[in-house]
Amino acid sequence: MRVNFTVNGRPQEADDVWEGESLLYVLRERLGLPGAKNACEQGECGSCTVRLDGVPVCSCLVAAGQVEGREVVTVEGLAEYARQRTCGSGKCDTSAKGATSLDDAQRWSAHGTDSQTGEGTELSPVQQAFIDAGAVQCGFCTPGLLVAADEMLERNPTPTDADIREALSGNLCRCTGYETIMNAVRLAAARQSEAV
Amino acid sequence: MDFLRPGSWEEALAAKAEHPTAVPIAGGTDVMVEINFDHRRPEYLLDLNRIGELNDWEVGEDSVRLGASVPYTSIMENLRAELPGLALASHTVASPQIRNRGGVGGNLGTASPAGDAHPALLAAGAEVEVESVRGSRRIPIDDFYTGVKRNALAADELIRAVHIKKAEGPQQFSKVGTRNAMVIAVCAFGLALHPSSRTVRTGIGSAAPTPVRAKAAEEFLNAALEEGGFWDNGKIITPSVAKQFADLCAAACNPIDDVRGTASYRRHAVGIMARRTLTWTWESYRGTAATEGAA
Repeated sequence: MRVNFTVNGRPQEADDVWEGESLLYVLRERLGLPGAKNACEQGECGSCTVRLDGVPVCSCLVAAGQVEGREVVTVEGLAEYARQRTCGSGKCDTSAKGATSLDDAQRWSAHGTDSQTGEGTELSPVQQAFIDAGAVQCGFCTPGLLVAADEMLERNPTPTDADIREALSGNLCRCTGYETIMNAVRLAAARQSEAV
Repeated sequence: MDFLRPGSWEEALAAKAEHPTAVPIAGGTDVMVEINFDHRRPEYLLDLNRIGELNDWEVGEDSVRLGASVPYTSIMENLRAELPGLALASHTVASPQIRNRGGVGGNLGTASPAGDAHPALLAAGAEVEVESVRGSRRIPIDDFYTGVKRNALAADELIRAVHIKKAEGPQQFSKVGTRNAMVIAVCAFGLALHPSSRTVRTGIGSAAPTPVRAKAAEEFLNAALEEGGFWDNGKIITPSVAKQFADLCAAACNPIDDVRGTASYRRHAVGIMARRTLTWTWESYRGTAATEGAA
């Protein structure tokens, strides 16, 4: 079957999709977006976390056919997603309001349509915080954690430690680097509140 | 495999009537695991995500009509006052990602004895609204679970909603697992006080082939509470009554040994949870009664 949906703001069309296929498989194997990781395939580990119409979900448990016409954000699109969110709430530096400015348009094309690894894109605050706090070890759990943490900070800009633990309770880190991950999210929250 | 995408409830019923073997998929948190692991290759998948009304709930006079696909996250966030037991149980389901997708309809459809919603539904009192092209009916929750992962649905029926009695007294839910998140219950226990009918209802999860109520324990407790005038005098429940209640709850179990725990551990743990949830709810009831008395 064919599935049409939006990924990181761009319309995508996946062909010859098997009816029992997961969204994760479509993203990784058909659309060349390997950011969401394939580990447990049963919703236990959270490494395949993406946003589906804004909601964090395990993409391994979403049937491909269920995303027809819907919007998905993966870790590859997280930086742009975060940037637009900041600009949407009037907190970015661009003086242009309303219609897309020439500057914005140029920057959009400069990103290119094939930058599937996020190269050449500025990182989102939560991504930068993970790097600065040394929260990345083997890196396999990182994409899922980034998507989950970013969504929590969007919803709850001043999380307590308990809030962070709860929000990330569905993401396993087998390097067990949880303390630095906590530090990274605290750092992102602190920077976010400073920026306001 | 065929992927059926009904755009309305009527279309879904028609599709299910035409293909009774079709497996409904909503949150996918059970169905997709089975497909990913090649444990199941359904002929048809029936996607219910397009049917918006399944995500709605209505708070009525005496009960809440909860759409089959309302995710656990929404129950936790919006229905804590009306359905405290179910809200607590919802919070123990897996992780935020799973709670954003899964709902009570799927829990009932799978009818696993370990499903987290079941003890809360049994304790609160509920009816499952199911429908086929032949018509609609309501199945009392006590008649819904018919065996291990079996329920009272006919092949052409779909779960549309669950009608759950609104709490009129304290409710509790307790679950044993190895950690706080991402845990399939070793065993679980739900308890609800119903002050207007002066009854207590229970629900036991993961300690019998199906979710069950501890009916002998309920009858004992109802009689003991009545006899001692507890509902009116708001006294502390005597330890001997609590112990007898706990023992009868443990006796209501019919557990097995498996990877998550032994049968004897489950029986023991259900007894402990029964005593604790009774104490918690009763303390809360006494607190409320005292406040009302003072006012």
